[in-house]
Amino acid sequence: MAQTETAPLQRSGPASGSGQGSKPGTGSGAMPNVYASGRLGKSVPWIVLGASLLVSIAIFALVQVASGGGFNVAGAVVLTGVLNGVAIYLTALLVEGGRQAKDRLVTTLVSSAFIIALAPLVSLFITVLSRGTARFDVQLFTESMRNVVGEGGGALHAIVGTLIMTGIAALISVPIGLLTSIYLVEYGRGALARAITFFVDVMTGIPSIVAGLFAYALFAIFFGPGIRLGIAGAVALSVLMIPVVVRSSEEMLRLVPNELREAAFALGVPKWLTILKVVLPTSIAGITTGVMLAIARVIGETAPLLVAAGFTANMNYNPFDGRMQSLPVFVYSSYVSQGTDAQAYLDRAWAAALTLILIVMALNLIARLVARAFSPKLGR
Amino acid sequence: MSSPAVARTESAPPSKPVQRLGDRIFSGSTLTAGALILATLAAVAAFLVLQSVPALTENPEDISIFTSGETFWTYVWPLIFGTLWASALALVMAVPVAIGIALFISHYAPRRLAQGLGYVVDLLAAVPSVVFGLWGANTLAPLVQPFYLWLTENLGWIPLFAPPASGTGRTILTAAVVLAVMILPIITALSREVFLQTPVLHEEAALALGATRWEMIRMTVLPFGRAGVVSAAMLGLGRALGETMAVAMVLSSSGIISFALLTSSNPSTIAANIALSFPEAYGLNVNVLIATGLMLFAITLAVNAIARYIINRRKEFSGAN
Amino acid sequence: MDTIFVKFTKFGRVAAVAALAALTLTSCAANEGQAAGGTDSAASELTGTLVGGGASSQQSAQEAWVAAFQGMHADVTVEYDPAGSGAGRDTFIAGGSAFAGSDRAFRDEELAEDNFAACVPGTGLVELPAYISPIAVVFNLDGVDSLDLDPATIAGIFAGTITKWNDDAIVSQNPDAQLPDQAITPVHRADDSGTTENFTDYLNVTAPDVWSWEADGVWPDAVTGGEAAQQTSGVIDAVTTGTGTIGYADASRAGELGTVSVKVGEEYVPYSAEAAAAIVDASPAAEGRGEGDLAIELDRASTAAGVYPIVLISYLIGCTEYEDAESAKLVKEYFSYIVSEEGQQVSAEAAGSAPISSDIAEKSAAAIELIK
Repeated sequence: MAQTETAPLQRSGPASGSGQGSKPGTGSGAMPNVYASGRLGKSVPWIVLGASLLVSIAIFALVQVASGGGFNVAGAVVLTGVLNGVAIYLTALLVEGGRQAKDRLVTTLVSSAFIIALAPLVSLFITVLSRGTARFDVQLFTESMRNVVGEGGGALHAIVGTLIMTGIAALISVPIGLLTSIYLVEYGRGALARAITFFVDVMTGIPSIVAGLFAYALFAIFFGPGIRLGIAGAVALSVLMIPVVVRSSEEMLRLVPNELREAAFALGVPKWLTILKVVLPTSIAGITTGVMLAIARVIGETAPLLVAAGFTANMNYNPFDGRMQSLPVFVYSSYVSQGTDAQAYLDRAWAAALTLILIVMALNLIARLVARAFSPKLGR
Repeated sequence: MSSPAVARTESAPPSKPVQRLGDRIFSGSTLTAGALILATLAAVAAFLVLQSVPALTENPEDISIFTSGETFWTYVWPLIFGTLWASALALVMAVPVAIGIALFISHYAPRRLAQGLGYVVDLLAAVPSVVFGLWGANTLAPLVQPFYLWLTENLGWIPLFAPPASGTGRTILTAAVVLAVMILPIITALSREVFLQTPVLHEEAALALGATRWEMIRMTVLPFGRAGVVSAAMLGLGRALGETMAVAMVLSSSGIISFALLTSSNPSTIAANIALSFPEAYGLNVNVLIATGLMLFAITLAVNAIARYIINRRKEFSGAN
Repeated sequence: MDTIFVKFTKFGRVAAVAALAALTLTSCAANEGQAAGGTDSAASELTGTLVGGGASSQQSAQEAWVAAFQGMHADVTVEYDPAGSGAGRDTFIAGGSAFAGSDRAFRDEELAEDNFAACVPGTGLVELPAYISPIAVVFNLDGVDSLDLDPATIAGIFAGTITKWNDDAIVSQNPDAQLPDQAITPVHRADDSGTTENFTDYLNVTAPDVWSWEADGVWPDAVTGGEAAQQTSGVIDAVTTGTGTIGYADASRAGELGTVSVKVGEEYVPYSAEAAAAIVDASPAAEGRGEGDLAIELDRASTAAGVYPIVLISYLIGCTEYEDAESAKLVKEYFSYIVSEEGQQVSAEAAGSAPISSDIAEKSAAAIELIK
């Protein structure tokens, strides 16, 4: 299908040259500017967008006047999007022809997909920021909740717990996950590799609370019932994290061009060095993204940590002894069990949520910089 | 699952390459890691099965979580339905948007901007599910409720939009939107990386032949990235199937089976039901809840098997080179 | 350009490591470990960690009790896991915790099995009704702050048979209220909870014709049309963000919402701590229990003056005789503090619970004396 469409273009050559197969007529003038004729100017899409915006605002203003309700911002935005898509398609269809029109339509769609994704993001961040800043103070980072009732207190114990447990989970999951994906891409054949791939996928579907129950049951075998340990929480998180690491790294490793591997082999480089020095650096950016996604996936988990690591108001630096608090559990329990001074609990919950997001942002940024430093400088 | 190209590198040299010590250690450790994963999963599965057995074998009359006459299967069936329904809705909403964003970042946005934009979308992954739950229940639900009301009043003849509209907006559609937002960064990030890996030569060749940007994408980027996008969607689906807290906080659930999107009686999901019922569960009820977890496990297995089958059928488009 | 990046990366990593190190090395949280020297020496001979867990309804009260108790005994740490009543009881049975908080007492058949790992076999349990919380019926209706309703009307609203705010049943009991022609959205708990169990028990006992479903922690599936929300917070949020909504929740969380005065006998009683404690006093003790077991059969149909029948009683559960003497000492001290007048005052302030009456406090103190 794609082949047949391009074929006539190939044959048309530079002589007929406007580059628009569906409008051969434009090229027949004496010496038209082949690059500018029959094309929309750069500013046209923006003008169309502005016009759509004005029209939809006008329509919704009329509706507002007619019905007496409030101005429907969401409706106006949606209508703007729809109008803009239709208008740009029609404009381009008239001036540039069908193929360009389709191209412009897709551009509009792709851009609006981005806007659609931004809407919840912006809404979320406004919510978290506006409610989280009330208690986002020094106390939050220097105090635990020991002996705190009502106002005051901090989330230091939860921050430390989250960093320790997620850190251990990452220490367990990243090597295992990365090595497994290397096995799958570089070594694995036959039934075992197929089984691993398949069951890694299955692992992505383990409900988080089941992972917590599993970790708890595992540790209860050795330490007796009722045991709650930071390390148990970390194991629960690893169970959730490993499949994400494997799946994303595998995808990235597969995309490394074989020419690179073959070139290394041709130079007599051992396979393991080829993997370490050629394959991994080439895909390091993607792998880092995958690992960061995996960390982001588990750092916000509530249910498994509540089951496996328990709940405490006290500081605990030792993952092998005693309960450990984490930020998501802190947020959840502050929200669920509000005392009479409900606002104090809510403020703490939102401030802790904001902290959690900031921690992931910081980790993300660091990881990106690391990836940039290690990855070879390619075409893009 | 080895791609054909990798297999080629093995067979291409005329003689078998010398196995060095480093090679053996390295391949051995990767194999160990893979086996470890299988062992972990086997342990999880064994745990689930062992804990589930009493729920299936004991007399249902003795299990207090069942209402009279209910068995495990009648208990779990609406949950299975709700899980699949909510995840499917989320996936239908998230995948097109995610592909759009990934393309926008990889092929439309100016390169300097793209990095920052990718970062912005990744931020969505940083939001803990509890916060998604709070946001969905207290910000999103009241916001969309008037819209739901309008839909039921004007399009109520479509079974999906059957009235009565929920009074608070905490419907399965809202839950699915929250799920879609949650899985968006996962699908986007992976698709974006895959799209970026499209051989530049292919793209430039297409452009040189006079293809528009969309034609170039359709001819080179999408076929190249198809397998990766399916994998990304599967990862997202895995998260949607297993998401616990956000659904529990947003969804107004009851044990029914219904396709209606906008009413206050919605099917619950397995993971959310475990979260809702587990704290007060005791004795055999715990086994029942874990058995529902086993069902979710089985569902994931089935869904992944189907996805694998689809990818393998289209294998000629996938993989490097 | 690249070198700048590398340098920046290195700096970033160093900074991150340094920040992490700073965080981990700062000895402790600013509010911890300072009380050690300053407490009176008589009380501080108690040391160790006391682990309990269970009902999340008790959590904010437990927070307050734990804080005050640790303030008195600086070397003691009390951990209360708000994992839920069922999980708390199971953990206690398995011996994973020294005491449990539970929204119901152990049933007779559970007691008969007598397999409590932490207790000396055959010695029985101590169960104290230490946390009493009125459950308010809250609603969100413009311009209406309170309503008078009888049990049948409340049951009708939650069962979905009364669907409009200007239904005759409501109007006839509230002639002065401005009731709009608006749909009622009843909100109930989505999770399995003691609050729901107590509320449905009340409906079933007082209005069996309308509410034929037996008391259960899970909202009956047969009731259609209501909204479900997770936890008390979820119900409060749903009622607050919706309009024409009505729900039930711990009274301490009612806040700005309108509340219902419930018809008891011939009068309408608004919720209050005193009225909630009164129903507990007016109810008989459960039969066939051990000496230390103060389980109560709530008499929801009571028509005694000034009682508020929709209450949640959450029990403190411990062994009469512990295998481990250390736990016994800690549990004894901790329980004694909770049922003391001071302890009940602390939880009333922090969690809005109803202080137990002096009668129950005396019985509880006697039961606690049995612990060894």
